[in-house]
Amino acid sequence: MSTAGATREAISAAWRVESARLIGALARLVRNLDLAEDLAQEALVAALEKWPESGIPDNPGAWLMAAAKNRAIDRARKQRLVDHKHGAMSGEIAGAPPQVPDLESAIDEDVGDDLLRLILISCHPVLPTEGRVALTLRLLGGLTTDEIARAFLVPEPTVAQRIVRAKRTLAEARVPFELPRGPELVARLPSVLEVAYLIFNEGYSATRGDELIRTDLCEDALRLGRMIAGHVPDNAEVHGLVALMELQASRARARVDANGQPILLLEQDRSKWDRLLVNRGLSALARAEAMAQPLGPYTLQAAIAACHARARRAGDTDWKRIVALYDALVEMTGSPVVELNRAVAVGMAFGPAQGLELVDTLVDEPALEHYHLLPSVRGDLLAKLGRKDEARAEFERAAKMAQNSREKELLLARARSCEPRN
Amino acid sequence: MRVMVMVKASKNSEAGVMPSEKLLTEMGKFNEELVKSGIMLAGDGLHPSVKGKRIRFGGGKKQVIDGPFAETKELVAGYWIWQVKSMDEAVEWVRRCPDPMPGEESEIEIRPIFSPEDFGPALTPELRAKEEALRAESERLKRS
Repeated sequence: MSTAGATREAISAAWRVESARLIGALARLVRNLDLAEDLAQEALVAALEKWPESGIPDNPGAWLMAAAKNRAIDRARKQRLVDHKHGAMSGEIAGAPPQVPDLESAIDEDVGDDLLRLILISCHPVLPTEGRVALTLRLLGGLTTDEIARAFLVPEPTVAQRIVRAKRTLAEARVPFELPRGPELVARLPSVLEVAYLIFNEGYSATRGDELIRTDLCEDALRLGRMIAGHVPDNAEVHGLVALMELQASRARARVDANGQPILLLEQDRSKWDRLLVNRGLSALARAEAMAQPLGPYTLQAAIAACHARARRAGDTDWKRIVALYDALVEMTGSPVVELNRAVAVGMAFGPAQGLELVDTLVDEPALEHYHLLPSVRGDLLAKLGRKDEARAEFERAAKMAQNSREKELLLARARSCEPRN
Repeated sequence: MRVMVMVKASKNSEAGVMPSEKLLTEMGKFNEELVKSGIMLAGDGLHPSVKGKRIRFGGGKKQVIDGPFAETKELVAGYWIWQVKSMDEAVEWVRRCPDPMPGEESEIEIRPIFSPEDFGPALTPELRAKEEALRAESERLKRS
């Protein structure tokens, strides 16, 4: 790589490391997310101009911050001039000093929580979920709109528009830039955790498209989760979510075969599970469990994932404990999807007949009408009971409903495996 | 990608000189940054090599050698495991690290950790066989 190329790479890396903190700090100062992003971008442009000649500064973060600060002050001065002229002409503020925030001193304040501030703003409950997701990936993950569009398989202008709208909504709602504390902060967390888990799931079980796992997206979500845990270390559900994501991610490389076909949990080669992530997941779960009773929904799901992580062979899985954890989760969420999962666990713990009995109570559930895993689970239990014809019909139905082409293939293969042998 | 970041040993670290309070504070702050930015997966400091052992393999024999070991600069005094987007990002983070061995020359080395994808076709014969069997099976299913 040429020197210029190397510098460019280094600048983009510095940008990745610094941009979120920079935008967070600038948002605190200028109280406008759009302007904060503009200023940060201008600092980046300045770096692209200067660094190839001057070399990369010892402290790139401080350099970028100083550059952005100079631009912020420039703008404030110009604004002050405009305001002053206006004031003088209308006589409104004659004699009064112009009111602008003291940028010069504010900029040197402690910026320790600027990342958290940016997370909370990006995940603000006034925003629709897709706006929160796009803004978070853009500002915290450092993804371009194009990268976000590709990750979520939507056209780029759609993502760009979501971001523009989200920023406008934040400005119109006059969302405060102060960091909430105590119970106020806790109240904001569900919306943040939801965004992280949504991004993770989109990466982990891509709902559409040809790839089953989009690793980058999983890593972005995990990073976000770890970031939140680093900032809010005393919240049980934050650790619960991190545990859940670490444990699920630990299986990523065992989840697809060399041809990209999905491998079911019980058939995975457990030696391929990522031990570092398993251990991180288990210790995050231990932290969450030590903090909260009763356990929250993320922690409960992590506890279920941990039952699998702890079993060295599929046959060692403690299904009875999993059923008990699902009982608690059903009670808490009332979600039919969770009930379906519970039925699977019941089938494993107490036999397919009992599992099927539970699934049959869910077939008329409107929320599951288009959920391909309902016929898929039913097919599995029927197959185990030797009712092959019914099983095949269920797998075929599931394949029609599945949107991921890899999953579709797996389901069709299962349907074929139920065909009578000759 | 995952990287291992190794803080190389120095005369002082090998002599068991403990880091100053100032360095501990600065390192603590840096570690906090790493955690808050979501990139730190693991990390620890290592005792000097005087407490270490080596097992030398060769000629079908295994020989246990007690520390300390010479070649100070090649020894590792501490390590982190980071999750980063690129080697450049790892370099940027190391730039932010306080001087780990103040008053001495020292190095921090970054090495990317292998992921299964790196092995590509060099899978074990057993895995390759498994894969081929699967492919044959899917062909059979397609024809049926």
